[in-house]
Amino acid sequence: MKRIISFVGTVLVITILMAVTTPGLLKDVRLGLDLKGGFEILYEASPIMEGQQVTKDALQETAKSLQKRADAMGTSEPEVTPEGTNRIRLKVAGVTDEAEVRKTMKEPANLTFRSNDGCKEGEEFCKIELRGDDFVENGASVAYDELRRPMIDIKVKDKGKFAEITKRLLGQELAIFMDDQLLSAPTVQGVLTDGSAQITGSYSLDEAKQIRDTINLGALPLKLVEKYSQSVGATLGMKSLTKTVEAGLIASVAILLFMIIRYRVPGLLASFALILHTWLLILIFVWADFTLTLPGIAALILGIGMAVDANIITYERIREEIKTGKSVPSAVKSGGKSSLRAIMDSNLTTILVAAVMFGFGTGAVKGFALVLILEIILSIATNVYFSRFLLNQLVNIGWARKPSQYGVKERDIREL
Amino acid sequence: MSFKNFDYVGKSKIFYIFSIVITILGLVFLLTRGLNYGVDFQSGSNVDISLSKTLTSEQISSVLKEAGIDEHAGITPGIDRVNIRFSDVLTEEQDLKLRSGIEKLDDTATFEVNTVDPEMAKELGRNAIYAVLISCIGIIIYVSIRFEWRFAIAATIALLHDAFVVVSVFSILDLEVDLTFIIAVLTVIGYSINDTIVIFDRIRENLRFTKIKRFSDLKDLVNKSLSQTIGRSIYTALSVFIAALFLLLLGGESIQMFSLAICIGLVIGAYSSIFIASPLWLLFKGRNINNNNKPNAPKPNKDKIEI
Repeated sequence: MKRIISFVGTVLVITILMAVTTPGLLKDVRLGLDLKGGFEILYEASPIMEGQQVTKDALQETAKSLQKRADAMGTSEPEVTPEGTNRIRLKVAGVTDEAEVRKTMKEPANLTFRSNDGCKEGEEFCKIELRGDDFVENGASVAYDELRRPMIDIKVKDKGKFAEITKRLLGQELAIFMDDQLLSAPTVQGVLTDGSAQITGSYSLDEAKQIRDTINLGALPLKLVEKYSQSVGATLGMKSLTKTVEAGLIASVAILLFMIIRYRVPGLLASFALILHTWLLILIFVWADFTLTLPGIAALILGIGMAVDANIITYERIREEIKTGKSVPSAVKSGGKSSLRAIMDSNLTTILVAAVMFGFGTGAVKGFALVLILEIILSIATNVYFSRFLLNQLVNIGWARKPSQYGVKERDIREL
Repeated sequence: MSFKNFDYVGKSKIFYIFSIVITILGLVFLLTRGLNYGVDFQSGSNVDISLSKTLTSEQISSVLKEAGIDEHAGITPGIDRVNIRFSDVLTEEQDLKLRSGIEKLDDTATFEVNTVDPEMAKELGRNAIYAVLISCIGIIIYVSIRFEWRFAIAATIALLHDAFVVVSVFSILDLEVDLTFIIAVLTVIGYSINDTIVIFDRIRENLRFTKIKRFSDLKDLVNKSLSQTIGRSIYTALSVFIAALFLLLLGGESIQMFSLAICIGLVIGAYSSIFIASPLWLLFKGRNINNNNKPNAPKPNKDKIEI
C-alpha cells in the first residue's frame, strides 16, 4: 500500500506541478531575435587613426558606449557584447526605425572639451577646445586628492596648446562632452604647462571612473564596420516560431505514441519522463535566462528524439531478457543494469562533440551546442534514472508483471 | 524477427563499394561544382520579404531598378513572400530604398535582411572544420580509453564518412548550404557516434563471454551483436527521424535545409554504424587473430576501405 501511494503520489505531484507552472514558464522564455524580430549586427572595430592598436579596454569602452547609445534611443533590452579581440556584437529587439539606430551606432565616440569662449548670448559651450585625439591614449586615470576625494588625472599630447587654453579660460568652465551629452563642467583653476591636469569636483568614485573611461574612449575612438547583419521582421519571426513549435508538438506526439505502442507500460512511463524532461529544459532556460533561438528549438525537438534513445536501449534489453525466459522483475532489473553502460558511453561521446561545438562555435552554433549538452544531461536524469525508478516502483507494487505489458508476445518467450 | 540470423558483415564488400562510390561521386561533385553556398558563406545580402499579397518578378525588379540595385540581383518570388539575393552587400541607403519601394507596393510587408562579409563566412567554415577534427581526436582518445583503439578508428572512419556523405548529397543535389547546415552536420556526427558506440558496447560485452579462436567466431560475434542491437538502432533512428521529418515538413523555412540535412544524416548514420563501422572493426580485429593465433586459418576479407 505504501508503495502504491508513493508511486501515485510522485506521478500526481509532478503532473500538477507541470500543469500549473507551464503557462507562466512559457511566457517567461526569452526569445531570440530570429523569433521575436529585431536585428543583430557584428561589428569589426579598427582604430580611426593609423598606428593605433585596438586594445581590450578600448573595445570594452566602445561596447559600453554603444550600449549607452542604444539605451538612449529607447530600444528594448539592447545587448552589446565584445567578442574576441576586435569585434562587438549588437542585438536589438523590436526596433521601429532600424536605419536610424544603425547610423547612430556606427559613429565613432566623439569626445570634446568645450568652452563658452566667444559664444553668443544663450549659446552654451559652443567652442570646441579639445578633441578626443588630443588626449594621450589611456592617459586618464582616477586618483585621490588630500581629502581622499576621487579626481581624474588627464594627459594631453600638445603641452603648448593646453597651456594656451588653460591660460585663456582661467576661471571659466571647460565642459566635457561625449557626443552631445554634457558629462561634467569643471572650472579651470590654473595655467597648466606640463600637459597634465586634474579634474576635481565632488565626484563619487563611480562618476570619476565614468569620466575616466569616457576620456580614454575618446582618446582612442574605434571605427566600426558592419561585418554581418541579420534583421528579422517581427511577424516573420512569429510565423517561424509558431510553425516550428507546431511541428515540434506533432513530432513529440508521434514519438510518444510510438513509444506507448511499442513498449506499452514502460513506454507510458518513458512518455511521462519525456514530458518532464521538456518541462525541466524550459525551466532551466527561464532560470538561467538563456535565449531561445530557432536552431535552439530545433535542437530541443531533436533532443526529444534522442532522449527516448535511453528508454529504447533499456526496454529493448528488458524485452530481450524476458524472451530468454526470465521473470519480468528480474528482466527489468538486469535489463536496466546492463543497458546503463551503453547509454553512458554513447551520451558521453555525444557531449564531447557538443562541447567542441560550444568551444569553437559562434552565435547560433554555440546556442545549439548548449541546448544539446543540457538535453543530454537532463535526459540521463529523467529518461534513465527517473523512468527506471518509476518502472521499478511499479514492478515492486506488483503491477506490470506480464510480458504482454512490455509488448512481448508469449510465443516469443523461450523456455528456460 | 527476420533480422535475427542475417549475415550483416558478410555483405560488407557491397556496402564498402557503395560507400566508396558515394564518396568518390561526392568528391567529383565537390571538386567540380562545389557547394551551393548561401549568404552565410558568400559575400552579399539576402532579403526575405513577407507580403500580404503576391507580387510579380516584374514589379520587384522595377523597384530594384529604381533603387539602382538591379545588377546581380536574383529574385525568387513565392506565394505571399519573395526572396531577393544580392551578390553585393547592400548599403544602408540601398536597403532603405528597397524597403520604401516595396512598401509602396504593399505597406504591410515585413523584411528579413541578412548580410555577411565573406571573411566572416570563411571563418565560420574554418571553425566548423576545426570542430569536426577536434571532435574526432576527442572521440579517438575517449573510445580508446573506454574500449580499445580499433573501435576508436572504426567509429571515427564511420563518422567522417557520414559527415562527408551529407556534404556530398548537398553538393550533388545542389542544395543551399548555410550556417545551420554546419550545425546539422555536427549533429549528425554526434548522432552517428552515439549509434556506433551502442553497437560497439554490445560487441565489447559479448567479447567477454565468448572464446574467439577463429576469424569465423569473431564474425559470428559481430553478427550476433548487430542482431541484438538492430531493434534499438532502427527504433531510435526512427524516433529522431520522425522529429526531423516533421521539422522539415512543417517547421519554419529557415530551418528546412537544416532538417533535410539531419534527415539524410540520420539514415546514413544508422547505416554506417551497422554496415561500415562494425565490419571495419572486424577487419582490424580479425588481422590480429590471424597473425597471432592461427597463421593458417582462412584469410579474412582483404577489402580495404579508403574514405
